[in-house]
Amino acid sequence: MAKNNKKFDINRRKFLLAATSATGAVGVCALGVPFVSSMSPSEKAKAAGAPVEFDVSQVPSGEIKTAEWRGQPVWIFNRTEKMLSTLSDKKILTDPESKSPQQPKNCQNATRSIKPNLLVMVGICTHLGCSPTPKLKNGGEMGNNWEGGFFCPCHGSKFDLAGRVYKGSPAPTNLVIPPYRYSDDKTIIIGESEPKKG
Amino acid sequence: MKKDINKQDKSTGLMGWVDERFPLSSFIKNHLTEYYAPKNFNFWYFFGALALFVFVVQILTGIFLTMYYKPDASQAFASVEFIMRDVSFGWLIRYMHSTGASLFFVVIYLHMFRGLMYGSYQKPRELLWLFGVAIFLLLMAEAFFGYLLPWGQMSYWGAQVIVNLFATIPFIGPDLAEWVRGDYLVSDATLNRFFAFHVIALPLALAGLIMCHLVALHEVGSNNPDGVEIKNLKDKKTGIPLDGIPFHPYYTVKDLIGLSVFLIVFASIIFFAPEMGGYFLEANNFVPADPLVTPSHIAPVWYFTPFYSILRAVPPIFGSQFPGVAAMGLSVLIFFFIPWLDRSKVRSIRYKGILYKKWLAAFVISFIVLGYLGTVPSNIWGQFSSTIPLLGGLDVATFFARIFTLVYFLFFIMMPFYSKKDVTKKVPKRVTMR
Amino acid sequence: MKIFITFLTLFSLNSFSAENVELSKAPIDLTDNQSLQRGAKTFVNYCLNCHSANYMRYSNLIDIGLSADTIKRDLMLNGDKIGDTMSVNMPVKESKKWFGVTPPDLSVVARSRGADWIYSYMRGFYRDPSRAMGWNNTVLLNSAMPHILWELQGEQTLNPKTKNLETFTSGKLNTKEYDSLVADLTNYLVYMSEPDQLKRKKMGYYVIGFLLLLLLLTINLKKEYWRDIK
Repeated sequence: MAKNNKKFDINRRKFLLAATSATGAVGVCALGVPFVSSMSPSEKAKAAGAPVEFDVSQVPSGEIKTAEWRGQPVWIFNRTEKMLSTLSDKKILTDPESKSPQQPKNCQNATRSIKPNLLVMVGICTHLGCSPTPKLKNGGEMGNNWEGGFFCPCHGSKFDLAGRVYKGSPAPTNLVIPPYRYSDDKTIIIGESEPKKG
Repeated sequence: MKKDINKQDKSTGLMGWVDERFPLSSFIKNHLTEYYAPKNFNFWYFFGALALFVFVVQILTGIFLTMYYKPDASQAFASVEFIMRDVSFGWLIRYMHSTGASLFFVVIYLHMFRGLMYGSYQKPRELLWLFGVAIFLLLMAEAFFGYLLPWGQMSYWGAQVIVNLFATIPFIGPDLAEWVRGDYLVSDATLNRFFAFHVIALPLALAGLIMCHLVALHEVGSNNPDGVEIKNLKDKKTGIPLDGIPFHPYYTVKDLIGLSVFLIVFASIIFFAPEMGGYFLEANNFVPADPLVTPSHIAPVWYFTPFYSILRAVPPIFGSQFPGVAAMGLSVLIFFFIPWLDRSKVRSIRYKGILYKKWLAAFVISFIVLGYLGTVPSNIWGQFSSTIPLLGGLDVATFFARIFTLVYFLFFIMMPFYSKKDVTKKVPKRVTMR
Repeated sequence: MKIFITFLTLFSLNSFSAENVELSKAPIDLTDNQSLQRGAKTFVNYCLNCHSANYMRYSNLIDIGLSADTIKRDLMLNGDKIGDTMSVNMPVKESKKWFGVTPPDLSVVARSRGADWIYSYMRGFYRDPSRAMGWNNTVLLNSAMPHILWELQGEQTLNPKTKNLETFTSGKLNTKEYDSLVADLTNYLVYMSEPDQLKRKKMGYYVIGFLLLLLLLTINLKKEYWRDIK
C-alpha cells in the first residue's frame, strides 16, 4: 500500500514502534494506579476502622461484652476457670490446634487468647456471616453433651468456648480472633498487635 | 522487509474464528487500515481525535467520581471535598474531570473553527456537520448539568439564572421553569435530576451521536485543508484515491503526537493550575450553595460566556427579557444552517477570497470579545457620559457587546451574499503539501 | 418574570465596592513546616472555637511534620481520635444567636477568599463602638466576627480622615511578631484548603517529564512512518 520506493530502515521503525508502545503501556498502567487505588478504603473509612480501646475490667467473670470494631461485633469474654477446663475436649473439634490462620500468632494456643481467661473474638460465623449466639451454660436446650459454647442460629454451626468449630458444622473454620494488644493491665486495643509508631 | 503480507484474503486462527461470527477484520479495514484519508492534514485535524479522547476521559473519571459523589443538597458539597481529601487520588480524578470539561470545549471550539475554515460542512458533508452541531448542543447541556453538582455558590446561582431563562418564554415560561426545577427554587430535587441527566441520559445520547458523526465521516470521507475531493481521482488499478493514505498507521502515529502535546497541556493544568486562575474552578464555588445569599458577581463558566454576553447585550423589549434569551438560543442554533448559508464555489479558505477571510476574522474577534465580556460585570469599562446623545448612561461594555453581537449574527446572515460575491481562486486538482 | 429581572440586575450589579480594598501580599511558603505548625496551633487555639474545618482530619497534620502524639497532646482539644475531622464544639444555634450568622467552615476558605484576603483581613480589625461586637474590619466592612486575636495585636482605630489604621493600645506582640503570626496562620489555611497540593505539584514534574519522553518518541515514530508519503 505504501509507495516505499525509498528505502527505510525496518529496524529503526520496529524499534520506535516498540519503544513508543512500551512507553505508552507504562503510561496507561501508571494512569490505572490512581483509579484502582481510589476504590480502596478512604481516609474516612480508615478513621472509622481505626483501632478501638476497650476497658476489660468492666467484664465480669463468666460474661461477654461487645465492642464494635470496623462495624463488626467483637466479643470480650471473661471466662471462668470452669469454662477454661472444658477446652481440653478436642475430639469433637475440626481444628483443635488452631492451625488455620484465624488468629494472630500470639493467640495460637490452647485458649486462643493472650491472657488465658480473656477471649477477644469477632462474633461473626465463618460460614455465611451470621452472628452466633452465646450458649454458655452446659446442657439445657443444646442437649446433655453441650459443654457451653456458641451456636449459630442460621445454619446450626457450633463452636466451643474458645470459638473453635465443632466437627460436622457447616462453618469451615474457627471463629476469627482480631489482632489486639494490652496497652495496660486492664485496657486492650482491638485492631493493632503492636503500638503504632509516629 | 518480510513478505508476510499475502495473508490478506482470509484470516486464520483466532481472528478467523471471530470473523466468521463478527465482522472484526472488515471493521478494522473499513475504519483504520483501508480508510483513506487525504495526506495533507495539518495540525487542525488533531482536534477531532482529541475530542473523542477527552470524551473517554470524562466518562472514565466520571464513573469513578460517581462512586463517591452524593447527589443530595445536604451532602453534595461535602462529598466533593471528601473526594478531594479522603479518597486516595480522588483529587487527581476530580481535577481530571474538571479540567477535562473545560478542555473539551477548547478542543470542540477549535474543531468547529477548522470546519469553518476549510468548508467541511459543504456538500456532501452537511449531515456530518449537523451531527457535530447536535453534539455541541448536547455537550453544552451536559456541562451545564454537571456544573450544578459541586453545589457551590457558582453552581447554585448559575443554575438558578439559567433555569430562569426558561421563565421568560411567553405564556408557558414560569410553569416550565418550575417543572425543570421540580421546586420553587433550585433545590435538592433539581440537583438530583441534573445528576441523572449528567451521568446517564446525556452521556448515552452523546455516545450515540458521536457514533453517527463518525459513521457519517467515514461514509463521505474526510475533507482537507485544500478542500479537494480526493475521491474524484483514484488509482485506476486499485481504486484507492491518489491523494489518500491509510488512516492506520499514518494518521494513528500522527495523532499520537497531537495526543502527547495535548496531554502535556492537560497535565500542566491538572498538576500546576487546576483552578486555571478561577476560570476552570471558580473561587466562589468553594463556598457551599446558599439560597439566601447571592455572590456579588456571578458569571457562567468561560465556555458559555460568548452566548451569555449575547443574552445580556440584547435590551428588553416591552419589559420582556425573552428577546435576549431568544437571541442567545439562536446564536447557538444558527450553526445548524451554515451548510445552506455558504454559497461559495470553493470549500477551503485557501481558495476563498478576501471577503470571507475578513468576515471569519470579524466573527472570531466577536466571539472572543463576547467571551471576555461575559466573564466580567457589564460596568467594567465604565459608562458613557450622560451628555452623549443616545448612548448617555449606557455601560461602555454593553455597547461593545451589542456591536459584537451584531457582527456575530451578521457573519451568518450575510454569508449567502458575501460568499457568493467573493472572488475565489482556482482550486488545484490534487492536494498540496504545505 | 420578576425573579428573572432581579437576577439580571444581580448580574449587572457588581458590588466590587467591598473588594476594592487593597490587599497585602501574604508571604506563603507551604514547604515551611515550622510555619505551618505554628499556624496550626494558632488555628486550633483561636479559630476552632467558633469555626469548624469539617473536611480536615487531624491525622493529615502528620504531613507537616507533627507526630501523632504531638497532635493528640497539643492540638486535639475536643476530638478523641486522630482520624477525626476538625469539628467545632459550639452548637450552630448558639453561634447564630451570638454573631447573627453561623461562622463559616474554614476548610477551603483559602480557596474561596484567597491568601492575601485572609492575611489582610486578620490584620484589618479596628475598634468600632457602633458595631454589636465592638469591632469592624477594613477588608470586610461590617464583618460579624469580633477580633479574636486582639489581645495579641492590641487595638487599632480607623482614622476617619486618612482612612488608615492606627494603633490605639498595644498588645502582647509587636507589629512584626503579630504579622508573622497571621502569616503563619494564613499559610496553614492555604495548606488546609488542599493538603495534597505539594504532592500534586511534585507529581506533576514526573508526569510532564514522562510525557515529554512520549512526545519525543511519537515525533520520531511519525517521521519514520511518514517517509513513505511523498
